[in-house]
Amino acid sequence: MGKRPASRRAIVRLLVLIGPSLLYLLTFFLFPLLLVFAISFGERGTYGGVRWVLNLQNYVRFFDPLSLRIFGRTLYIALATTIICLVIGYPLAYFIGTRSPRWRNGLLLLLMIPFWTNFLVRTYAWLLLLRDAGVINLVWTGALHNLVSALAAAVPIPLWQPLLQATASPIRIYGTDSAIIIGLVYGWLPQMVLPCYAATERLDFSLVEAAQDLYANRFKSFTRVILPLTMPGVVAGSILVFIPSLGAYITPDLLGGAKSIMIGNVIYSQFMSARDYPFGSAVSFLLMAVMLIGTLIYFRLGTARTHVTDEGGI
Amino acid sequence: MTPRQNAVQLSQVSKRFGRVTAVDDVSLTIEDGEFFSLLGPSGCGKTTTLRLIAGFELPDRGDVFIGGKRQGETPPYQRPVNTVFQNYALFPHMNIAENVAFGLIMRKVPKQDILRRVSAALEMVRLPGMEHRRPDQLSGGQQQRVALARALVNEPQVLLLDEPLGALDMKLRKAMQLELKSLQERVGITFVYVTHDQEEALTMSDRIAVMSRGRVLQVDPPHEVYERPLNRFVADFIGETNFLVGVVKAAGRGKATVAVDGQLPLEVPAERLPGTGEEVTIAIRPEKISLHAEPPDQRAVAGTVDEVVYFGTNTCYLVALTDQTTVTVRCQNQQVGQHVSFPQGARVYLHWQQESVRLLRE
Repeated sequence: MGKRPASRRAIVRLLVLIGPSLLYLLTFFLFPLLLVFAISFGERGTYGGVRWVLNLQNYVRFFDPLSLRIFGRTLYIALATTIICLVIGYPLAYFIGTRSPRWRNGLLLLLMIPFWTNFLVRTYAWLLLLRDAGVINLVWTGALHNLVSALAAAVPIPLWQPLLQATASPIRIYGTDSAIIIGLVYGWLPQMVLPCYAATERLDFSLVEAAQDLYANRFKSFTRVILPLTMPGVVAGSILVFIPSLGAYITPDLLGGAKSIMIGNVIYSQFMSARDYPFGSAVSFLLMAVMLIGTLIYFRLGTARTHVTDEGGI
Repeated sequence: MTPRQNAVQLSQVSKRFGRVTAVDDVSLTIEDGEFFSLLGPSGCGKTTTLRLIAGFELPDRGDVFIGGKRQGETPPYQRPVNTVFQNYALFPHMNIAENVAFGLIMRKVPKQDILRRVSAALEMVRLPGMEHRRPDQLSGGQQQRVALARALVNEPQVLLLDEPLGALDMKLRKAMQLELKSLQERVGITFVYVTHDQEEALTMSDRIAVMSRGRVLQVDPPHEVYERPLNRFVADFIGETNFLVGVVKAAGRGKATVAVDGQLPLEVPAERLPGTGEEVTIAIRPEKISLHAEPPDQRAVAGTVDEVVYFGTNTCYLVALTDQTTVTVRCQNQQVGQHVSFPQGARVYLHWQQESVRLLRE
């Protein structure tokens, strides 16, 4: 009897704490999601509506060569973005995390400044930089080409010939996968840096000294102590970059041109232009499944590093 | 090659951090197999000195020699020393065996030897069977032992210990002091031990270097540091000391005659003779003074008992001299029922052996 009020209080407490978010998510996330899931088993109506005929056709359709190729490219772009973000972001995070507290906040602020500008505007700016008549190519075919020409005239050696040829025409970046990757890395780099920074900032540097005291050189100290202990940051950062890259829509739309599209653009066109809601829903669900599986595998890999040692392997 | 190699030698080593001189022109010679303590208050430069030996810091001036070899800019991982860190610094992502094996793995010792040496090391610190535990599953004292095993398993020429017992509670600390000392005697490795705890340094060390403000003030065996402090700081930092100001009446033949509190001149041993009329400080330990109701001889100093504090093993009397100087006197309570021999306000005479007194000049 004495326990009753306590447990009732616990329920009230729970409702107050998670009730609002639960209600919100149920109404605006779970319910629409279930709706999309249901639609994915339907059929496109003649004029774009949904015919409720239960079938798996939309899922089967995804496995045609064209869709698979787009999906493969999406996966490649997302992976490349994640890896590049990690390679650039981790050292930066380590640098910031090892500064004095006063410097850290300033550097983090610098990292966040680009975010004060709208994402669309920033991506559009990349378009101005990267396109054939963009800023980069203006310098490449203009100033740089002129410089090489002048040098070739002054010092006539064969070395200049390939350079002259290369700078004669613009570099084709816009409309390629590289352009998308550049745009995505730019957009998601802070997502990699912040968790890695948090991990390095928490790192106890006497452990690094202990490793060096125990004959581990700089490289070994990094691979044996620093990296494993900052692994949670690496895992979190990678997921935070990989997931939005996989579902990217604006960046490939603006920088990928007509040829280079990603799965996000496919979903968009199914809903907005083809009006094939069932297929669009099916692709959305497959994308979610891939994200979920990818995240689970990655978490596994990330945590396995610390658990494998329980087997007693030296 | 000299027959008895120095384990560690610091030669006029200085280290600055910004405007602070952490270590100021320190020269030390630590002998092979010695238990050597660096003792001083926080900020005295003892930990920096240790880190200079380990190679975590490089000296601005001077040289560090280990086993007779000049270290120069040798990185920590190439020095034949190992460190027991203040907070233990055990690798949290490795189990105990992996922690202890770390140094051996880094030096590519064959796997069979590693297994054997790791279990031997854990046995030595009385933690057998803990191989597969994780550091956070151990108590502070156990972590301390793992840190010790992790360093000793490498059989370093010198073991550096940075306040290793600082985080342990009083009782465990006392037990570990004895254990560390006997361990050091067994393995015969040179220990360089940093502590701010004078009692710890006194009980464990073969020799103690007392440091203050980046300088080494005295290097001597514990009893010398305690009984014959070179200056006021050492006398004050180690144990309790009464400082009495007096005027030199006469000096000669290794002795100075000093009048304390305007009372009868006392004879004090003096290594460097002061001039007549000079004001000097004499130091005397509270337990070296005896109290008497009547002056036992002409060398006694008179005073009045100001306060009596009972400490169990001893009773402490604060005796006021006529010039308001207070002298602390500790009397052992050898007999039951005699813990207070002189009540507050009693007239007493202070007496001590001539050689118990140190003459300090500065």
